[in-house]
Amino acid sequence: MRVLYFAWLRQKIGVGEEELSPPPDVQDVRGLVDWLAAQSPAHADAFAHRAAIRCAVNQDFASPDARVKPGDEVAFFPPVTGG
Amino acid sequence: MARVLVQEQVFGVGEELARLSEGRTDIGGVGLFLGVVRGTLQGRVLTAMTLEHYPAMTQRALEAIAAKAEARWPLLGCTVIHRVGRLLPGEPIVLVATASAHRAAALEACAFLIDWLKTRAPFWKHEEFADGTSQWVEAREADDTAAARWEKAPA
Repeated sequence: MRVLYFAWLRQKIGVGEEELSPPPDVQDVRGLVDWLAAQSPAHADAFAHRAAIRCAVNQDFASPDARVKPGDEVAFFPPVTGG
Repeated sequence: MARVLVQEQVFGVGEELARLSEGRTDIGGVGLFLGVVRGTLQGRVLTAMTLEHYPAMTQRALEAIAAKAEARWPLLGCTVIHRVGRLLPGEPIVLVATASAHRAAALEACAFLIDWLKTRAPFWKHEEFADGTSQWVEAREADDTAAARWEKAPA
C-alpha cells in the first residue's frame, strides 16, 4: 500500500510517501489511521488531531469508513486551502 | 470541454480570455476571477506563498469541478488555471474564466467554480513572513459556507 502525506502531515512525519504493508485487520481508513499512529512518535504526533485530517483513496476523497486494501494509494492531508 | 491546467509558470490573462472567445460570435459575456498573492496578512508582511498539491489527483479534481459547472450552466467556454510552487506577493495564483451567451450564467458559474475549487481541489498554501516565521494556511469556515450555498437548487 502506498501512503502519501501532504502539507503539515508531510512535515511532521518527515517523508512524503511510504510503501507500507498494514496487517490484514486494517480494512478501512479509520483502522489505517489507528495503525499508522502507532508506527512512530512522529506518526502519532501527525495523527493526533484526527478531525483536522482529510483522506483520499486512489485519488478520490474518502471518509473514515472507506475500505482500503493492498495496492491502494491512500493520501492524508489537512483540509484543502487552494484558490 | 473545459481548459484545465495546473502549472508553475505564470499565465497570461489577456491570452486566456482571447483564447476563450477566439473565432466565436455566440458568446455574450465572460465571467472572470483572478486570485492574487496578497502581501499582508492581519498586519504581517508576507514575503512568499508556496502552493503544494497532490499531482495525481489535482487535474482530475479540477476537471470534475469544471464538468459540474458545465452541466449546470449553459457555458460556451470554461478555463481553470491553478499555479503551484513558490509565488511572490502580487503574482497571480488562479484564473477562472467562464463564457456564456448571457452574463448571469457566466458570473454564477465563475463564482461556483472558485468556491468549489477552494474546498474540493487538493492544494495547500504555505505562507512565509518577513519576520522569519512561516505557517500553513488553515481552511476557513467561510469557504465551506460559500461552497455549501451551491448545494441548493439553482435559483
